[in-house]
Order: sequence, then C-alpha cells, then structure tokens
Amino acid sequence: MAAYREIVENGLWKQNPGVVQLLGLCPTLAVTSSVVNGASLGLATAVVMAASNGSVAPIRRWVPDEIRIPVFILIIAALVTIIDLSMNAYVHSLHKVLGIFIPLIVTNCIVLARVESFAAKNPVVPSIFDGFFMGLGLALVLSLLGAMREVVGKGTLFSGIDLVFGPAAKQFMITVVPDYHGFLLAVLPPGAFIGLGLLIACRNWMESRKPASVRTPPVPAMAQAHC
Amino acid sequence: MKESTFKHALGTSVVMIAFTIVGTVLLVSDFFATRGPIEENERQAKLELLQQVLPADLHDNELLKDTVKIAPGGDLGNRKETLAYRARLGGQPSALVLEATAPDGYSGEIKLLVGLKADGTIAGVRVIEHKETPGLGDYIDITHGNWIKIFDDESLEQTADKDWKVKKDGGKFDYVAGATITPRAVVKAVHKALKFYAAHRDEMFAEQEGEQ
Repeated sequence: MAAYREIVENGLWKQNPGVVQLLGLCPTLAVTSSVVNGASLGLATAVVMAASNGSVAPIRRWVPDEIRIPVFILIIAALVTIIDLSMNAYVHSLHKVLGIFIPLIVTNCIVLARVESFAAKNPVVPSIFDGFFMGLGLALVLSLLGAMREVVGKGTLFSGIDLVFGPAAKQFMITVVPDYHGFLLAVLPPGAFIGLGLLIACRNWMESRKPASVRTPPVPAMAQAHC
Repeated sequence: MKESTFKHALGTSVVMIAFTIVGTVLLVSDFFATRGPIEENERQAKLELLQQVLPADLHDNELLKDTVKIAPGGDLGNRKETLAYRARLGGQPSALVLEATAPDGYSGEIKLLVGLKADGTIAGVRVIEHKETPGLGDYIDITHGNWIKIFDDESLEQTADKDWKVKKDGGKFDYVAGATITPRAVVKAVHKALKFYAAHRDEMFAEQEGEQ
C-alpha cells in the first residue's frame, strides 16, 4: 500500500507534472483561459495517461530498448485517436467542447514521460494508478491556473460550464467581479506564463517553509522538458 | 558478431512492424465503426445551426439537401465557393440561408450564417467560425453575448445603405467599446448578404436542385 501512497503523493505534489516536472506546457498554456477548459483538458489527459500506461505496462518486456520510443508514441497516438473518434461518435456534445483539445494530448510530453519512466518498468496496476494520478496532478494545476486567469481576465468563474453539463448548469457560473471590463493580458498567452510562474513560486515557497528533513529533493530538469 | 547484429536488427524491425500493423488495424476498424455515427452527428449539428437562423415554421423541406452553390468573386464577395440553403414551404420558396464570410475581422475571416425571409427581412444571423480575441471581440458569438441578435428583422427597407455601419462610423448599429473592427466586419458582411439576396433571390431559387 505504501507504494500506492507514494504514487499519489508524487503525482499530486512531490513530482507534480505542471509545477515541478514542467512537462506538458503547450496545452497548459494554450487552454487554461478558464476553469472549465483547464479542468476538462486535465481530466481528459488523466484518462489518456491511465490508458497509455495501462497498455504499455503489459508489453514492456517485448519491446526492445532501441525502438521503445517509436512504439510508445505509436501506442499513445493510436489511443488518443481512438478516444477522439469514439467521443465524437458516442458523446458528441462533450466532444464539441473537448474536441479541439484531445489531439493536443498526443503532443503532451508528460504522457510519454510517464510511459517511459514508469510504465516501462512497472506492472500494470501501479502503472494505471501512476498515469491517472499524474494526470490528476496536472488537472489540478490546469484548473487552478484557469481559475486565476478567468477571475483576473474576465471577472467570472466556471463560465462555459453549460457547454459541459447542459444549459441547466449555467446557474453555476459565478460572477466574481460584477461589471468587470476584463484584463486582456490574463486571457492571452502571456497571462498563462505569468500565472504558471506565480504557481511555481507559491509551491516552492511552501516547500521552503517545511523543515529540511521532510523537504522534497529538487527534481533535476528532465531531458524531455522542451515541449 | 556481424550476424548477431543483423539478427538483432531483424528482430527489432519485426517487433516494430508488428506494432505498426496492430496499430493500423485498430485505427482502421475504429474509423469504420465510428464513421456512421460521426456523420450523423455532424449533420444534426449543421441542422441545429441552420434552425437558429430560420424559424422552424418557415420550411418543410430538407434544408441540407436543397442547396445552391455560389461561385466565388460575385456580389457576395466570397473568395471560395460557398453554399446557400433553400427553405420551402409547400413547395414555395420561403427563405434562404446564406453562408457568408466577413474577410476583414480583427484576426482573419469571420464565417456567418444569414437567414433571409422571402420578404427581404433577416430571420437571424449567427457566427459559425471566428478567431476574434477572446473576451474582447468574441461577443459576436451567440455563446458569448446577444449582440448578433441586433440583426433580427433588419432589412434594406428598414435601414438605408448609409446606416449599415457601426455607430462609431455614423451608422445605426451598436458595438461594445474597445472592439470596433470585429462588429464593423460583421455589419458589412450582413449588409452585403442582404444586397446579394435582393439582387439574386430569383435566380437562387430558379437553379437546379443540387444534392450536396
């Protein structure tokens, strides 16, 4: 059980993909203009990561080292395409909202990074667990960043929630600042960089206040960290 | 040593090919399994969009099958071939839905659907595709505001040519402060669609029924 606890802690805090590993920045910056967008893409990524980790783990012994990366990419791309097509066919209304984000998941390094560093070395069940919680960690960061940008940029929270849960959900939209004229910088891409910087600073500050003994050792910058 | 390197390479490529084949088979079968439902969904989505600019009681024909192509470069000012959907009631022409494009949005083209009734008034306008600035110019989209409804029931008779402008330019149409280029482009495109309809209405309905 301790192993699972470790996986959860790594995904959500110690090695959070969004603010510690800094993997998967392109969707992070592109879609976090509102909470609903951020959370939706985050959860979709978590599902894809659980599925890709789950399908790589059972075949890990049959994939020679030299071709593991192309094979993993092949698996991830096929999975994402299948999920994209199936959602378009069977849950069309959700696909209309998430549709543009789903193909973006292929380009997200965090998926490949977890397949490579975890699923290629561990059994199936812990791998699925790891994929899901890493994805959930990313989803939390995306939602938080989305919330920051939405409040500062548009003065609302949960706008567009009716697109996910139907028109009845429109009442859940919160107008934080009434009669707000908007702050464009937060909505446009620079707002994402600034917001992410603040989140990373905030996490580092919280870590630095802990006694040195329980502090998470800094994670070395990963080789894949440029997409 | 040489042979074992060769064997190793061979084994590796066999594994790679095997994965490629499995992946391809999965994708092809999934594509064919989902094609039907996806096409049906897209048809439904298009129909819903058309119904937003065309009251349901104005037509009893199948809109998606009763279309005319409008060649580029004509009075509508479209750069690519575009479609018009013909609405009929009891066989009589009752309205036309035009796919119009405003080429001069703030960030590229704005695609519109303009529903035009037989008497020359607008039944409704909707933006179906745009790249305007989020939170600034995107209020032309019905999911971000009701601005686009100011065109409901407008016509060439009701509003003179010189008034088909936003208020800032001396016209009659409201806009949201800070984003003038976007509504200016939309007003211009809707005006153009109205003028096109006035000039070509009869030939639109006279043309052979075109299956899409």
